[in-house]
Formats: sequence, C-alpha cells, structure tokens
Amino acid sequence: MSDLLAARSQMAMSLAFHIIFAMVGIGMPVLMVLAEWRYTRTGDPLLLDLAKRWAKGTAILFAVGAVSGTVLSFELGLLWPGFMHFAGAIIGMPFSLEGFAFFTEAIFLSIYLYGWERVSRRAHLVAGVLVAVSGALSGVFVVIANAWMNAPRGFRVVDGLPVDIDPIAAMLNPAFGPQALHMTLAAYAGTGFAVAGIHAWFVLKQPKNRFHRHALSLALRMAVPAALLQPLSGDISAKLVARTQPAKLAAMEGHFTTQSRAPLHIGGWPDEATRTTRFAISIPGGLSFLAFGDFDAEVQGLDRIPEEDWPPVAIVHVAFQVMVGLGVFLAAISLWAAWLRWRRADFVHHPWLLRALVAAIPAGFIATEAGWIVTEVGRQPWIIQGVLRTRDAVTPMPGLIVPFLFFTALYVFLGVMVLYLLMRQMRHAPKLTSPGSG
Amino acid sequence: MNADTSILPTIIALVMAVAINGYLLLGGADFGGGVWDLLASGPRRARQRALIADSIGPVWEVNHVWLILVVVLLFSCFPSVFAIISVELHIPLTLMLIGVVLRGSAFTFRTYDAHHDDVQRRWGLVFSISSVLTPALLGICVGAIASGAVARASHLEGVSFAARFIAPWANPFVLTLGVLTLALCAFLAAVYLTYEAGEDVQLQDDFRRRAFGAAGVVFVAAFGALALSGTYAPNVRRTMGTFDVSFLLHLATGAFVVFAILALMRRSYRVARVFAAAHVSCFVWGWAFSTYPWILPPDVTFVAAAAPDAVLELILVALALGALVLAPSLVWLFRVFKRQPAAFDDLHEETTGEFHAPNPP
Ligand code: HDD
Ligand code: HEM
Ligand code: HEM
Repeated sequence: MSDLLAARSQMAMSLAFHIIFAMVGIGMPVLMVLAEWRYTRTGDPLLLDLAKRWAKGTAILFAVGAVSGTVLSFELGLLWPGFMHFAGAIIGMPFSLEGFAFFTEAIFLSIYLYGWERVSRRAHLVAGVLVAVSGALSGVFVVIANAWMNAPRGFRVVDGLPVDIDPIAAMLNPAFGPQALHMTLAAYAGTGFAVAGIHAWFVLKQPKNRFHRHALSLALRMAVPAALLQPLSGDISAKLVARTQPAKLAAMEGHFTTQSRAPLHIGGWPDEATRTTRFAISIPGGLSFLAFGDFDAEVQGLDRIPEEDWPPVAIVHVAFQVMVGLGVFLAAISLWAAWLRWRRADFVHHPWLLRALVAAIPAGFIATEAGWIVTEVGRQPWIIQGVLRTRDAVTPMPGLIVPFLFFTALYVFLGVMVLYLLMRQMRHAPKLTSPGSG
Repeated sequence: MNADTSILPTIIALVMAVAINGYLLLGGADFGGGVWDLLASGPRRARQRALIADSIGPVWEVNHVWLILVVVLLFSCFPSVFAIISVELHIPLTLMLIGVVLRGSAFTFRTYDAHHDDVQRRWGLVFSISSVLTPALLGICVGAIASGAVARASHLEGVSFAARFIAPWANPFVLTLGVLTLALCAFLAAVYLTYEAGEDVQLQDDFRRRAFGAAGVVFVAAFGALALSGTYAPNVRRTMGTFDVSFLLHLATGAFVVFAILALMRRSYRVARVFAAAHVSCFVWGWAFSTYPWILPPDVTFVAAAAPDAVLELILVALALGALVLAPSLVWLFRVFKRQPAAFDDLHEETTGEFHAPNPP
C-alpha cells in the first residue's frame, strides 16, 4: 500500500467512523427534547423515563464522537499538511465557528445529562433545546468546509498559494446550502429510523409495552418528515453537482459519452476499460431531465475529461445507487407510516410495517456512508476541486500504513464496545404494560 | 504576507495563550485526576477513585474542547505553522491522539459498563494509563517546538527517518518538559481534590500528601529542564537570563507554588486551590512571553506566519461572538456542578448508578 493510499484510507476510515456518532449527536438531542417536552405537557412519567434513557445512550455515543472528532482535527494536518497550508486560512472560519458550536453543545449536554436533579425543569428543557441547536449547527459548519472543497470560492491562486482571501465568500460557496440541508436531513432520518426500528422490534415482541410504543411514535415524528424531504434535497444536490463537478456527476451515473437526451442508468456496473455501463436499466432522457430539468439537455460524459482526472467510476456509481435505493426505501416506509397515522391506525396491528422499520435500522447510516463516498471519492483526484490534487497535499512522512492499521483496529474495538454497551443499556428497558394507544 | 506592523497576529496569539491556560487549568486537572486514579493506594483507594470520577464526570468533555480551540486557531491563523508542526511531530502527535481516544472512551465506558470490580478496574487502568501518557506527550510536543528543534527539522533534507522524525523530540530536555507537564497536571489535580473532598478529612489528607509529592516532582523537573536547556535548547536558555516580563512571570510562578504549599500546610484548601491555579497560569504565561515573538523559534515569527489580516479580523469577530455565547454558558455549567463540593453521594448516584427502572404498576 502506498503512503498516499494509506493516508486516504485512514482519512476515509476516520471520517466514516466519526460520521455515525456525529449523526447521533445531531439527531438524538431532538428526540430527548421531544420526549421531555411531551412529558411536561402530559405529566406521564413514562415519557420522562424515555428521555432519560435516550440521554444515557447519547452520552456513550457523544463521548466517542468527541474523541473521534478531536482525532480528525489533528489528522487534517497529520495526513494533509499541503491541504491545510493552502486552505487553513480560507476554511478556518467555518471551523472556528464549529469549534464554538461544539463547545456550546458539550456544555449544555453536560447540564442536560447530569443536571436532572440540579436545575429546574424548565432550565433543563432549555439546555436540551440548546444541545439540539448547537449540534445541528456544528454539523452545518463542518459541512460548509467540505462544500468549499467541492466548490472552492473566495480566493485567487498566485504562485501556487491563495491570495485575496475572502472567508465569507468561501463559506457562501454554491455547494454549502444543498450539502448542509442534505446532511442535516440525513442525520434526522438516519437516527430517527434507527431508534424507531429498535423500538419497533420491541413492539413486535411485547405488543402491550407502552414504553416502546411511545418511543416508536416519537422517533417517527422526526424520521418521517426528514426521509420524505431527503429525495427532494438530493435532487437539489444532484443539480448542483451537474453544474460544478461534471466528472463527479458522470461517475455517479456511469455516463461515459457526452450526449443530449442522456439516459438515466439505474443499477449496472460501469466498466472503465470499455467505457460502457453494463446491466443497467436505462431511462432515455432521464439524466438530462434530472440534471438540468430538460429532457434534451446535453450532459457531459467522462469522454470530455482527461482520463487521469477521472474519479474511480465504479465505486462512485455503486455508492450512488446504494444511497438512492435506500432513500427510496426510507421514503416509501415513511409514506406508509404517515398514511396509517392519518388513518389513526394502531401500528401494533401492522406487523409488516414494524418489520420494515426493523429492516430500516441501519438504512440511514448506510445511505449516509454511501453518500459521503459519492462526494469524496467522486471528487478525486482533487482534494480541492480543480485547485489542488490529493497527491500534492499528502504528508512526506513515510510508513503511514502503521497508523492506518492501528487506528482501524482501535476503531473496530471501540465500535464493538459501543454496540455492546448500548445493548446492555437496552436490556434494562422497563416492561410497562397497560392498555391504551401508543 | 502582512505588514510587519499588524497587531492582529499578536492578539490571536494572546487568545491562544488564554485557551492553553484554560486547557491546562481544566483539562490538565482532568489528566491529573487520571494520574491519581492510577496511583490510588492505601485503605481509601476506592474512595479516592470515586471522588476523582465524580469530580471529572460532568465536565470532562467541556474541559477538552479548549484543545480543539487551540488547534483550530492555529490552522486558521497560522496555516503554514500547523502544516510544519503536523509533519515534524507526526509521531508524538499520533501517540497523543491514541491517548485522547482511549482516555475519553475508557472513562465513559467505565461509567456505563457493568459495575463488577474487575470490569471497572480494566477500564480504569486504560483511563489512567492514557491520562499519564497524553499530557506528557503534549508537553513533549510543546517542548520540541520551544527548543527550536521543530523549526530546524523542517529545513532538513535527505537525512534519515530517525534524524528527522524522532530526534527533534526524543532528547532529554524535551522529555523532561513532558515530565514537567505531567507533574503540573498531577499537582493541580491533587490540590483541587483536597477541596473537592469537602468534609472528608481523611481523603483531604491523602490528596494533600500527593500534592506535596507532585510539587516536589515539578520542582525537580523544572530545574532539570533549566539545566538541560543550555545544551539542547540554547534559545530557551538565552531568554531565561534577561530581565523582562517573562522573567517576572517566572518569579511569580515560583512564588505562587510556595504560597500554595504554605496554604496546603495550613489546610486552607480554598486558598491553596487559587494559588495552584495561579502557579500554573503564570507558568503558561511565562512560557508565552519568553517565546514571543516567535511561533516556531528560532526562525518563524507570529507576524510572518500569520494569515492575511482580513482573515484574522473575521476570526476575531467570530471569537468575540463566540465568547458572548460561551462565557455565560460556562458560568452556568460550573455553577451547577462546582459550586458546593461534597455533593459526593447524590452525584455518585447520578453518574455511575445504573438507571433504576420503575417497577411495573
Ligand atoms: C439518510 C441518508 C441519505 C439519503 C436517504 C439520501 N442521501 Fe444523498 N447524501 C447523503 C445522505 C443521504 C449524505 C451522506 O449526507 C451526503 C454526502 C455529502 C452530502 O452533502 O450529503 C449525500 C450526498 C448526495 C449527493 C452528492 C452531493 C455532492 O457531492 O455535493 C447527491 C447528488 C445526493 N446525495 C442525492 C441523493 C438523492 C437523489 C437521494 C434520493 C433518494 C438521496 N441523496 C438520498
Ligand atoms: C459531515 C461531517 C461531520 C459532521 C456532520 C460532524 C458533526 C459533528 C457533531 C454533531 C459533533 C458533536 C459530537 C457528537 O455528537 O458526537 C462532532 C464532534 C466533533 N467533530 Fe465532527 N462532524 C463531521 C466531520 C468532522 C470533521 C471533518 C472534523 C475535523 C476536521 C470534525 C471535528 C470534530 C470535533 C473536533 C468534534 C469534537 C467536539 C467536542 O468535543 O464536542 N468533524 N462532529
Ligand atoms: C463525515 C463524513 C465524511 C465521510 C464519510 C468522508 C469520506 C471520505 C472518503 C471516503 C475519503 C477518501 C476519498 C479518496 O481518497 O478516494 C475522504 C477524503 C477526505 N475528506 Fe472526507 N468525508 C466526510 C466528510 C468530510 C468533511 C466534512 C471534510 C472536511 C471538512 C472532509 C475532508 C476530507 C479530506 C481532507 C480528505 C482527504 C483528501 C481526499 O481524499 O480528497 N471530509 N473522505
């Protein structure tokens, strides 16, 4: 494994690990607050219990999110000093704001987690709301930095270094809105469905358990709207990629030849050697329409791009299919659940919905990982689109395979431990039963 | 890049020193708590560990965000320096990160894992060993920068791996600074814990003795570093000889530790706590003033390495706005958790107790 490949793998692995905890850090506070707020409304102690349990799980995950995030801030320099030398001043602004958002989140989370008996009910709820807000903001700020890597703005390059730096223009790059929206929705949908699925599983086993029925219904309140909006937001993202990163779009779609009335490929396997995408379902004009809103628009294919500037086409295409597939699946379940809710049906009588929800436990997380693979691998060989190549940004330090293997082992161990501890927490769930709707 | 007259890099440098000071006072005491967890001994071992866990519990994540603030300011405002440090100190920084990860997760896992003694001890051991390694490595990184070795290494070409990536930090002076940092954390934690112990006189005495021990190590390491600096860090040695602000701060550092020890001897733990914090703060500022104007001694200054003024201005605005949000939040946090010590028992229930499921109706 070359040092460059080791560095890329370590970055990818660290980010893929962190994003899970980051999503939970954005999504869970909303659920906790929702449960606690309903408790202040109804006075049902079960809701308070629920908020406390969710808070416990969040505490474990937050800690691992915080330490893996700390690792990332150093890794930007340890692995990509060339990138940070170039970009530090330009994207320092969102990272500084992110720093404050984390700080606020950590403070209010401490108050929330440990302050049940120490602050007033109202103050406690306010702390929870502030955790949710600052959690979402930290995600948004960090995504702004990433959006800048995809659509760099706010500087000029002279002699290989940036001049005339305008950090505000850099933050307001065209990719930031679509990416921030899409990521925030992903966090709500992903966490929401994971929590809903876990409680759906318990509802299947113990249909009378009020605790799990309440939990399920609260989690769906967050997950369903987010999952319904996600395909719309994804469409906005795709239109943006079509304008700013034609190579990425072509790789996502396995689209090799420039043409008008370009077909949309669903599934299939792009073969770089023969420059064709085989085994795909083709919808004539579909890509032109989705990318530019016009069935006859011309869509640039990979043939317009020098081959050395191609991203790994197959990886990007497959990852994109996985994300969209799961997105459609989640949206379909959401419609189903929304319909039943509108009909005032009791989910307990719809075991197939419950089973689908159980199946959806990992769906949002997998879709998110896949989406990030599209974004990051699809940007290759650039670390800053069109400005700086990944290979020119890597550290001169040799032997990078050693930290890569070490951190991988460490993170696998942490992942297993976190799962074990969460299961342990769940086994202690109460067995409250009573008639009445959930 | 900038006019040499710009004042902004200096202001940012001041903010970074404040953040480092905050980190050492809060995060450093956390690390020190881990040290005493590792060294817990005697008949009150379990109570010592419980007190440490309870004092750290609610605030540890917050305490460590200071470090992130320093890193973010470094790479936004002095990007080339961040790049150089990350390359030359790759190895100690990576080891430190491993410490950060193990420490944070072991602490949390211990709280939520089974409460059998062996499980608890296993996590406790991971937590405490990484609490020792992490601050020592941080001290080593700062020491390597201060000694000028990092700046020198960045000009090396065609030398062996060891000469470039290991030698800059693996020398007696830098390693002594690692020990010194660790001892400062341990001292600070011991003094804080005498106060946190509240009414428990036995525990107070335990940590009082430990504070004396740590102060002894601080003393030996500080003078050891001074002695070694002649050979390994001549630039540091030179700054020690001149009579200026940093010299006064070094004197104050010495004076405060004496006051802290006197206060400990009289068992005025509140007062001792203030002096110990003043000691550590003067230590940071003495180092900051003797380093200034160099960010990478002996050849890169803050001004030369700074990002353009337009960037620094915005970062300062962000810092000001951030401080407006942070200051009241931090005050609230510490008022909730640190106002009265000896909230030992009720807190213990909260932080380490299993959640007790309500009985079925
Ligand atoms: C729950 C997770 C989830 C779901 C269901 C979807 N996505 Fe997604 N997608 C993400 C989670 C995600 C992500 C991980 O959050 C990404 C990575 C970067 C980003 O901004 O969002 C992403 C990126 C991403 C990009 C690339 C943006 C870029 O590179 O700048 C496009 C074009 C789409 N998505 C489109 C879609 C479409 C058309 C979906 C239709 C169903 C969809 N996504 C569902
Ligand atoms: C899209 C990607 C990312 C999102 C959405 C995200 C979001 C978050 C969130 C919500 C947290 C709060 C902690 C938690 O809930 O577990 C967090 C923690 C953290 N993240 Fe990320 N993050 C992302 C990527 C990154 C990257 C690339 C870096 C560094 C360069 C980073 C640095 C950090 C740091 C330092 C923390 C710890 C803060 C603390 O101690 O509270 N994150 N992240
Ligand atoms: C948290 C969600 C994210 C995931 C899962 C993710 C995934 C990845 C992957 C798979 C790569 C390797 C690409 C390749 O080399 O083929 C990568 C590279 C990289 N990512 Fe991300 N990314 C995420 C968010 C971010 C954010 C928010 C930032 C910065 C602000 C960022 C900065 C980088 C950098 C600097 C590299 C290395 C250079 C490169 O390969 O282009 N990533 N990431």
